[in-house]
Formats: sequence, C-alpha cells, structure tokens
Amino acid sequence: MNRRLALYGAAALVSLAAPHLLPNYVSQLSMLWVMILFALTWDILGGQMGYNSFGNIVFFGVGAYACAVIQRDAGLAYFPGLFLGLAVAAVLATLIAAILGSGILGLRGHYFAIGTLGLGIAAGELASGWDYIGAGSGLVPPLYPGELGGRELFFYYLFMVLAVVTFVTLRRLYAGRFGLCLNAIRDDEDKAEAMGLPTTRIKTLAWCVAAFFLGLTGAGMGNLLGFIDPRDVAFAGPTFGVWMVLMAILGGKGTLWGPVLGAVVFHVTQELFWTYLLGWQRVALGLLIVGIVVFFPQGILGWAREHWPERFGHRVEEKAS
Amino acid sequence: MWANINILWEAPGFLVDLLANGLLIGSIFALAAFGMALVWGVMNIINIVQGEYVMLGGFVTFYLVQAGIPPLFGVPVAAAVLFILGWGMYRVVIHRVVDKDMFISILATFGISILLAQLTNELFGSDVRTVEAGLDTLQFLDGMVSISEIKLLAFVLTLTIGLTLWLFLKRSRLGQAIRATAQNPRAARILGIDTDRVFAATYALNAALCGAAGALVVMAWAIHPYIGLPYTVRSFMIVVTAGLGNIGGVVVAGLGLGALENLAGFVLGAEFQIAFVFTLMVVILVLRNLLLRRQRKYLK
Amino acid sequence: MQTKPVWVKSLSGLFLGLGLAMTAPLQAAETITLGAAVSLTGKYSTAGNHTKKGYDLAVKLINDGGGVNVGGKKYQIAVKYYDDESTPARGAQLAERLIKQDGVKFLLGPYSSGLTKAIAPVTEKYGVPMVEANGASRSLFNKGYRYLFAVLSTSEQYLQSAVDLVAEVAKSNGRPLSSVKVAGVFENDPFSQDIRAGVIDDISRLGLKLVIDDKLPPDLNDMAATLTKVKALKPDLLVVSGHSKGATLAIRQLSEMKVNVPMLAMTHCESAKIHKTFPGKSDYTLCATQWAETMSYRDDVFGSAGDFAKTFEAAYDYVPPYQAAESSAAVLVFADAFTRAGSFDPVKVRDALAATDMQTFYGFVKFDATGKNIAKPMALRQIQGGKYVVVAPVDKAAGELQHPIPTWDKR
Repeated sequence: MNRRLALYGAAALVSLAAPHLLPNYVSQLSMLWVMILFALTWDILGGQMGYNSFGNIVFFGVGAYACAVIQRDAGLAYFPGLFLGLAVAAVLATLIAAILGSGILGLRGHYFAIGTLGLGIAAGELASGWDYIGAGSGLVPPLYPGELGGRELFFYYLFMVLAVVTFVTLRRLYAGRFGLCLNAIRDDEDKAEAMGLPTTRIKTLAWCVAAFFLGLTGAGMGNLLGFIDPRDVAFAGPTFGVWMVLMAILGGKGTLWGPVLGAVVFHVTQELFWTYLLGWQRVALGLLIVGIVVFFPQGILGWAREHWPERFGHRVEEKAS
Repeated sequence: MWANINILWEAPGFLVDLLANGLLIGSIFALAAFGMALVWGVMNIINIVQGEYVMLGGFVTFYLVQAGIPPLFGVPVAAAVLFILGWGMYRVVIHRVVDKDMFISILATFGISILLAQLTNELFGSDVRTVEAGLDTLQFLDGMVSISEIKLLAFVLTLTIGLTLWLFLKRSRLGQAIRATAQNPRAARILGIDTDRVFAATYALNAALCGAAGALVVMAWAIHPYIGLPYTVRSFMIVVTAGLGNIGGVVVAGLGLGALENLAGFVLGAEFQIAFVFTLMVVILVLRNLLLRRQRKYLK
Repeated sequence: MQTKPVWVKSLSGLFLGLGLAMTAPLQAAETITLGAAVSLTGKYSTAGNHTKKGYDLAVKLINDGGGVNVGGKKYQIAVKYYDDESTPARGAQLAERLIKQDGVKFLLGPYSSGLTKAIAPVTEKYGVPMVEANGASRSLFNKGYRYLFAVLSTSEQYLQSAVDLVAEVAKSNGRPLSSVKVAGVFENDPFSQDIRAGVIDDISRLGLKLVIDDKLPPDLNDMAATLTKVKALKPDLLVVSGHSKGATLAIRQLSEMKVNVPMLAMTHCESAKIHKTFPGKSDYTLCATQWAETMSYRDDVFGSAGDFAKTFEAAYDYVPPYQAAESSAAVLVFADAFTRAGSFDPVKVRDALAATDMQTFYGFVKFDATGKNIAKPMALRQIQGGKYVVVAPVDKAAGELQHPIPTWDKR
C-alpha cells in the first residue's frame, strides 16, 4: 500500500514540476495530458465494456466548437468566457452522447465500430458545411490575454487537473458496481441482460461519462491549438480518433494504468519520430501500429502480467524444472 | 436546395443524367467492395487497406501508360501486380492476425494503410495523377445526358467480374474450398483443405479486384497517395448494407450508393455529399438493428 | 531488495532519449538559421515540396554568393524544417517547437492559408518575424499581426480579374451585367473559401449573379453532381478553386461530360500540370497566377524571372510553379531585411521588414501596415495551344484573350 502511495506521490510531484523543469516543452507536455485523456476515455467503452468505438472523436469536436462559439458570441471576458465555454462543451457533449447512445449502442461488435466510424466522419463533414461555425475555413478562438508563456502553463495545469479528475473518477467507477456492470456487458451482454441489468442504460451512461470528459478536453484543445479545423482538428478521426484506440491497446486495454502508460509511450515515440525522421515519420508510425497490434495485442500491461503475474497479485504455481 | 429540386422538376433529363452517372460511379465502388465482402466473410477481417490497393492499382496503370502501354491494359496488369502484393501482404502480416479478434485486424490493416499511403508519397510524390483512356462520351437527350465510355466500361466490367466471381465460388474447386473455409475453418482443415492457402488466395484476390478498380479510377477521375480512405469507407458501407459474402447484394448496394451520392451532391450541394452518405449509413445500421431488436436479435 | 520493474526502466530510457533529443545544438558559428514547418506529407505535400524547393534554391544561391552581409560580417543561411503533415494541429505545435526548443528567431511560412492561420498567433506571441509566401487568406491580415509579412497577393485578388473579364465581355456585347451568371466550385478549405469570399465580393460589386456556390469536400474525388448543375444553369463563367486535385478533376470531368462554359477560370493549373495532362482539353482555361516566368522583374541573386525559371529547372528538373517562386522570394526578402537591419535582433529585423521596398525576380515587394504585399498584382494566364499566355492585367499581357470557349463538339 505504501509503495502505491509513494508511486502516486511521485507521479503527482513529477507532473507538477514538469513544466518548470522543461519550460520549453510545455506545449508537448500539455499534449501528453490530452493523449492520456484520449486513451482513458476511450478505454471506458473499448476496454471495460468491450465496445470498440471509432466515433468518440465526435464529443471532442463538439466540445471544441461549443467552447469556441461561446467564447466568440457570449461577449464575456476571456476567462469567464472560457469557463462558460468549458461548461457548455461538457454539457452539450454529454447530451449528444445520451441522444446518440440509445440508437448507436444497440449495435454490437464490428457493426458498432463501423457505425461510430461513420458518425465521426459525418460529424466532420457536417461541421465543415455549417457557416455559423466557420464551415471549411475553421474557427479561431480568442487569444489568451496573459503574458508570454502564461498560456502554456495555464493549459498545462488545466489538462493536468482534467486528466487527474478523470483518472480518479474512473478509478472510483471501476471499483464499484458500475465497473462490474461494464465488465459483465463486455463478457456476455445477453447474460448480463438476462440477469436483469439495464444494459442500454448502463451503456449510455458509460458513453456519457466518456463524452463529458472528452468534451472538456476538446474545449481546452481548441484553445491550446488556437485554430479549429473541422476535419483536421475537431473531428480528426484518422489521427486523434485512431490514436486513442492505439494508445489504449498499446498500454493494455481494460486496465486503469494501461491507457495512461500507452499514451505516454505513444506520445513520446511519436515526438521522437517526428523530430528525427523528417517526412518518413508516418511510415514509421504505420510500421509501429502494425507491430503493436501484431506482436503486442495484449498491450504493455498485459504482457507484463503474463511475464510477472506475481506483481499483479496473481498466484502462480512454480513450474517444475 | 429547393432551387436544385426545381431544376430537376423542370428538366427531368438532368435527373436521368445524375442517376445514370451515379449508377456508373457506383459500379466502381462495387468493384472495390467485392473483395471486402469476400475477405470479411471468409477470413473475418475488415480490411482497411482496401482504398490503398485501389490507389496502388491507379499508380500501376499510370506508370504503365507512362511507359507507353495502352491504358486499358492497365486493368489486368494492375490486378496482377496487386494480386502478388496481396499475397505478399498476407504472408508477412495478415496471416498473423487472421484468427485474432476482429478489432486487432482492423488496427493492423489501418497501420498498413498508413504505411502504404506514406510510402507511395515518399517514393512517387503526391502529385495528382490521371490517365486519358482515349475513349469518348455518349450523348443523349440533346446533351442533357452524357455518359462517358470509360464509366460504361467500368460498369460492364463490374457486372462481368461479379458474375465470374459468383461462378468461381459456386463451381471451381478453389471456390468451393473458399466457401467451406468461410463456413467452418476448423472443419475445412479436418477435411484436408489447406486453409492457409485459401486465406492467402482470398486476400490476394481481394487486392487484385481493388487493383482493377484503381485502374478504372485513374482513368475516370484522378488519384494521389491519400485517396484511399474514402474508397475503404464506401466499401464498408456497401458490404454492411449488402451483407457478407453476398455478391449480388454488393452490386446492388454499390450502384445504389453511387446514385444516391450523386443525387445528394446535386440537391444538397457538394459540401453535404459525403456527410449525407455517412449519415445514411449510420441510419441504415441503426434501423436494421432496431428491426432485429424486436425479435431480440442484433446485427451479426 | 527489489529491482525496478522492467517497464519502469524502459520508460526512464525513453525519457532519457527525449532528454537527449532536447539538447541537440542547432546553430553553428556564422550561420543564421531560419525555421519552417512545411507539408511534406498529407494533402498539401505537392505544394509543400514546391515551397521547400523554393526556399532551398534561394538559400543555396545566397550562400554560394557568399552569404548575407549583416553588420559587416557574412553569414550563411540555413533552414530547419519540420513536416507539418498538412494539418493545422501540427503546424502550431511545430512553430512553438522551432521557436522554443530549436531557438529559431525567424520563420519562413508554411504552405496554405490554414497552416499559416494556425502558426501566425504563435509567431506573434513570441515576437518572431515570419515572412510567408503561401498563405493568401485575407483573414490573416485583419488581426493586427505585426510580425507577419506576406510576399504574395491576397486571395481576393486571385480570380478578381477573371470576374472583371467576364463583366467586360458582357459590356462590350451590350448585355446588362445583372444577366451575367457566375458558377463557383470551391474546395471546402480555408484557402479556397477565401477565394470564394473574394469572388462573391467582386460579383456583388459588379452586380453579377452567383448561380452555383458549391463547396467541395477535400475527400471528394468527383465533381459530377456539381457539373450537372453547371450544365443545367449554363453560367457565363465557371470558377474552380480546389488545389491540384480540383483543377485536374475539373478539366477531366468537364471534357468527359461535355459541359460547355464560355469562360473557365481556376487556380493551381500549373501545379496540377493540366496543360501537359490534358493537351487540347485544357486550352482556353484562365489560370490565376502569382507570377509568370515571362514577366519583366529582376534582382541580383537570380537575375530575371526567366533566369529563375532556368535555374530552378536545372536544379529540380521541372518548370517552377509560382508556389516555388514566391517561396524563393520570401528568402530574398529576409536576406534584404537582415542586411538593412544590420543585426539579428528580431525587433530590428521586424522593423526592417516593415520598411521593405525592393524588386525581386518575383515582383516588387512592399508591405502595408497589415503586412501584405501591395506592390505586386496577380496575373491571369490563358492556356493557348498548350502554352500559358498572360492576358491580364493589361499592361503585362502577352496575348489576346480568346473568348468564348468553343463548345466541345467544335473542338
């Protein structure tokens, strides 16, 4: 128990100090929190509930646009505008998840994957046809008013707090009855239903939780990047939308730390590729993806669990030599 | 929108033009979707690389024409080249994910698709390329309806290939082995069918069909390294609507998709053409599922 | 005693790797490094490569000529590139990375308005002067940016002369302007949408009628639906703006569907090489261009516009599209400003840039208060017999406008 506390303490300390230790990398570190948020929220459905969604990016995009529109039209000062925007983004994303959920979450297996994929693409195309939110030209959120470098720090801590809150929330949820329900649906939905679990309600609720945090992430991300493009930023299915899946799988889906670990490894690797393989970084990324899913389908944590089961609290019989 | 509908109302010739062109366009979509239906049905793999095979088929044809070979030979040659590539891809990557969770194969093929698109970009550059097939256009109704011969050719080719494929699956030895493997790989293996070879052949056949479609795409439109994804997603849609392993259904769904897309682009404006198609797909899926739901079943 | 789990070790290894990556030194002595994020992969990679080659060629020629004279000392120029993958999400991050991690004090622009939009707030914030050559959107120049300078003409001018031309032709035929119909097909991205805004402004200024206003999704590989509309509504002018793919598809499908329009104007003819791909079929097309090698501008580094074209072709084996020319010009502008500022102090360089008034092979460069170049007009070229002939503006024209385009059955 003490070791665990020490681990959490160390993680907190490193997170708090990181932007001051590496002042030039604050943006990338903020992106790291965003990636962690992506992986964590994807894993609610993908890992714990067994519903592989390619459409979670919808909530991210809705959040980004909702916040930017509020900031643009509410006529408030920067910070009140931003916080109102964040709130609206979260509420709107959750609402949309609730509405879409009842229909889409009835689909199962790969039909769910494809349905959500279609949803993501349709959302991006619809956004880029809608003049009120800038259509194909995109939307520019207002500039941060504070001094130089303040913006990065602000968003770093914003995303950090958001990621920590998400993590803690999910930890509590997974530890309780809700987590058991999710796992029951993953293991056998028909049986779960037969046992009297209100599966549709649970599934929708789980999607709403993911949407809530993704909406907030999107709202912050729009401001961090300073430019919202409908297809390349807000509803970026082929990049962010797939990365969130990859990161969760890489770390080990269906675990709490797996997505976090996967996000860290993926983000750092990608940044290195990007710096050292000018023009070829995407080729390397493609190879990496194939490598991950072919040789590491159970993820880093899954692999570790297989090799050192005693560390994960599993008892193993010594093999006779 | 109403203005656009009004045009069609006053001059129905244009409606014919839209639908006819849409059907022909749809036939190329269907050609690329045959293979997906096959691979999905037989190997239980959703092949995201589909669009990249189409793109590569286009590149093969483009370079053939550069070397002075008549464009129409591009169709068989692209198919042959892609067959070999597909076989190789199976041997290197796909056979490792065949019996895994379907989601794993989706991601693995997604990785391959990024890899192929980016490699093509690095090796050949991202210029937009197109090939002049040297065919003419047929005109009807005072020029209101125009049908290009290359698209007509694509249409005929798709129907022929569909029919051949159907006969091949029904009659030939390998076709029967493929169907047996699709139904029950384990039993097929027990009966002495080399399922590994069947899988390889199926996957290579899929790549070849995409290659042929790509040759037609480069003659009817244009290609560049990043053109793949929309073709993959359309193949998806077609197969989902048609059902797995249903060759006739793929043709119908493909043609329908082409016509609807073209009509939507006209009526709603081009900016909503793709949005319409995908919204439609989601709606179809959800509706089909809801109907099944009444019988306490779901889409499988 | 417990050893650390392997994953902890490997993770710390990764961080170590990252740490090493951070300390890579960049600036050697006597070299001034400019930073640039350009699109080497993704949908803009064709044009991104033209941009990079334009930068590289200018840098090479300047360095071969001894470098830039700053405060009595000669400096070599180097460019640090990153690939922005054609997405704004990357662009902004890369700009920060160039500025903060690589310590670059001057930036060259990326390709496309969208990317420039994403990067400009960053350079502005850090007070890093950026000379860009490929972001034409007007909305870049109404934000009060002080560190952004553009050598190219802004997007509303791209097709303005085409709209003017169709109005002139109608006037000389005695037709009322309100009966002139214009159809527009614009890709749904920031650049083309800005062109659209410009075209719509011109149309309402002249009192013409916009009958089609379609936004083509970038993923769409087909214009059939829109062209059927063109066939039905018979506009006097069809305007197409959709980067290389849009230009290629437009000619391909116009000829295939036998759609007759009296006047056709578009962007990106050169980078799509439509005169080569569609010999004959691409004739009569009006092409907006920032620059043409037949123009009479010249400078000390490259010589005349024609000399630039020759040098470029010798180096890269193809005729330079204007995207390459304007990119080279951006480097020349920077070099000139360095010399006049006499230092590499960003504020001084910024002021020197603002005071730029020079001639390059690409045209005159003089920035207004918002940072856009007001000394150089756009040109409109018509493809005539497979060759590009300047037809507007009138004082630069090398040939007569051929109008109207004959119908397909007569070609």
